[in-house]
Amino acid sequence: MNDTTEARPQPGKPAIIRRRWGISLIWTVPIVAAAIGISMLVHAWLSEGPEITILFHTATGLEAGKTPVKYKDVTVGAVTAITLSKDGSHVKVKVALMQSAKSLTSKDSRFWVVRPRIGASGISGVDTLFSGAYIGVDKGQSEDTASEFTGLEMPPPVVGDMPGKSFILKSEDLGSLDIGSPVYYRRIQVGRVASYQLGESGQDIKLQIFIDAPYDRYVTTNTRFWNASGVDVSLGADGLKLKTQSVSTIVAGGVAFASPMGRQASPAPKDTEFTLNADQGAAMAPPDGEAQYIQLKFEQSLRGLSVGAPVQFSGVDLGHVVSINLDYDPVKHRFPTVVGVLVYPERMGRVLDKLPKLEGDNDKQAAVFMHAMVKQGLRAQARLGNILTGQLYIAMDFIPNAPKAEMDVNARPINLPTINGSFDRMQEQIANIVAKIEKMPLDSIARNLDATLVNLDNTLTQVNRQVLPQTAQTLQQTQRTMQEADETMQQARQTFGNVDSLLAEDAPLQQNLGQTLQEVQRTSRSLRVLTDLLGRHPESLLLGRPQEPSAVTTKPPAPTTKEESTK
Amino acid sequence: MTGAVSAGRLGVVSCHACGLVCQDTLPQASHHRPVAESEACGNGARGRSHQVICPRCGAPLHRRRPNSIARAWALLLAGLIFYIPANVLPVMYTSLLGSGSDNTIMQGVIEFWKSGSYGIALVIFIASVLVPCTKFVVLGVLFATSQRGSRWAMKERAKLYRMVELVGYWSMLDVLVVAVVAALVKFQGLSDIEPRIGILFFGMVVIMTMLSAMSFDPRLIWDGDTE
Repeated sequence: MNDTTEARPQPGKPAIIRRRWGISLIWTVPIVAAAIGISMLVHAWLSEGPEITILFHTATGLEAGKTPVKYKDVTVGAVTAITLSKDGSHVKVKVALMQSAKSLTSKDSRFWVVRPRIGASGISGVDTLFSGAYIGVDKGQSEDTASEFTGLEMPPPVVGDMPGKSFILKSEDLGSLDIGSPVYYRRIQVGRVASYQLGESGQDIKLQIFIDAPYDRYVTTNTRFWNASGVDVSLGADGLKLKTQSVSTIVAGGVAFASPMGRQASPAPKDTEFTLNADQGAAMAPPDGEAQYIQLKFEQSLRGLSVGAPVQFSGVDLGHVVSINLDYDPVKHRFPTVVGVLVYPERMGRVLDKLPKLEGDNDKQAAVFMHAMVKQGLRAQARLGNILTGQLYIAMDFIPNAPKAEMDVNARPINLPTINGSFDRMQEQIANIVAKIEKMPLDSIARNLDATLVNLDNTLTQVNRQVLPQTAQTLQQTQRTMQEADETMQQARQTFGNVDSLLAEDAPLQQNLGQTLQEVQRTSRSLRVLTDLLGRHPESLLLGRPQEPSAVTTKPPAPTTKEESTK
Repeated sequence: MTGAVSAGRLGVVSCHACGLVCQDTLPQASHHRPVAESEACGNGARGRSHQVICPRCGAPLHRRRPNSIARAWALLLAGLIFYIPANVLPVMYTSLLGSGSDNTIMQGVIEFWKSGSYGIALVIFIASVLVPCTKFVVLGVLFATSQRGSRWAMKERAKLYRMVELVGYWSMLDVLVVAVVAALVKFQGLSDIEPRIGILFFGMVVIMTMLSAMSFDPRLIWDGDTE
């Protein structure tokens, strides 16, 4: 057998090919394995996305190797490491993104940690309560990519590709607004405040608001925005008014907008700038137009005048006070108050059309016009607006008999002559009265009065001591006298009673008196007869009765009686 | 080493399937068995052209498993290759109250170790790292020595081989655990465990090493002794 083996190498040759075939057949297994392994590696290598670093203030809830990065709730990467920054002020979170998330590394992408948050405007991130925090991403628009980002501390209220538009609101201050504060249109929440930042000059605040589609088309070029925060209480002639938006705006603040009625306007383009007014009234007021700055120099103290106080012309609110400053007059050694006011001529309304058109720029026109008015007696005056609070306002009015004042047409800012306020004149008058009172010799008057009073006191003491006891005696005497008088009166009454009884009809005196009177009558008749007789016959006194006594005596008496009665 | 006469020397061959011993009518090339086998594994392949069949059960007859060492090597290599992704890729996804994470085998071991469960960490480590690794080494040593017809520590090598075969049954422990746990722990939202691609590779490792050990003809260990 051994010999034959040597004899057979030749046919073995073709078998070598078969052997190779056989070898390769079994060796496909590791080759396939390697291929799978390599493909996995390649896949892993290909799906390996960019690695970025995000800076956060704190790494609360973040865990290296576990915390995912999610975009639209799809995991696009994971935190691989968390380290402190060199100065220890930040946390550097290293994130390995997937290949598909490469577009998320554009420069203006925003990263934030999603964790449960409870704020005035609601609760967010509840789903992370159990699952743990994750890092949210908002894809940026920029073409440039970056590998280092600064994470946001709060989730952005507006995420990149939401349908809607953002607008810019300019405001003097932020009020109670915050990121996420709602924006209302007819009390429907249609958007929210996305961000805010100070203007470059630091004089105003720029708020970026985002209005969701389809409401964004209600924002037109003449839309007015106002701060709808909190509670608006106003006390007007028609009573107390309380205005609020929803309860959440009371807590979290909000912005509302509306367009003036009856005006057609095209929808505002993206990022249009608007002014955020303080309230609805101010927002819906007609536009003020250009403001005219006017300087007023008052010689009086302006206690009670504050910045923002109204400036009125013939009762129309034309503007407001913007500055109150002291000045020094080296000639008179006085400190006049310089008040700067902004006047909006447009507020005069249609009157403007009737005013004469003047040459020159706005300042020039205003100056020339005012110069003419000053000649007619136009003066600025600080008047008392509210007696209780002592608030002053500036009135521009035609003052009759105003002292002459010169106005420099070419001075800038325009300087309007002033006159002391009505209240101040009253004060002056009162001061004059007070001065006059002060001039009175009150001291000597008081002294004299004092002396007089002392005398009076003495006199009264005297009266007390002497006159009064006498008076008492007198009174006693009087009393006694009175008692006596009383007795007398009683006696008199008795007497009168007696008299009365005497005078009674059935009284004997009466009867006696009647009889007596009859007697007297009879007596007087006989006496008359006697006197007649004597008249006719005086001689009868001596000669006695004539002869024909009865005929004669009876006849004549009748006419005599008549004569007597006629007399 | 042994005084016993081998089948090859007697000119007989036993059937692998039914154990029937019959006359060796296989091609002559394979007569020089020790040399031929150690040269390469071509013999069986060459024999295929002259297929000899067991008269009783009809299984093809060969003196040694054909192509045994090459197959064993190839499968071992495949296993070794699969072992890399099995360790690198996550084997299991666990989520507890919504916070989920993928775990590779070593991560799991380290996590258990850190949390103080040394026993579990050790079991996992032994079952998924130590055993496969020793298996690779043992099989490699076995194949290499057999290929060279080494006479070194033949009894021990035979023992090793038996041990590897025995361990092979339990190598699927990891895969089984993942399968069972993934099937049992399904509490929507609260807790969830899902298998990940790594466990598939791990299973492949186990299968490959088992196949490798199976395709190795332990008689080759003793072939060096015959000459």
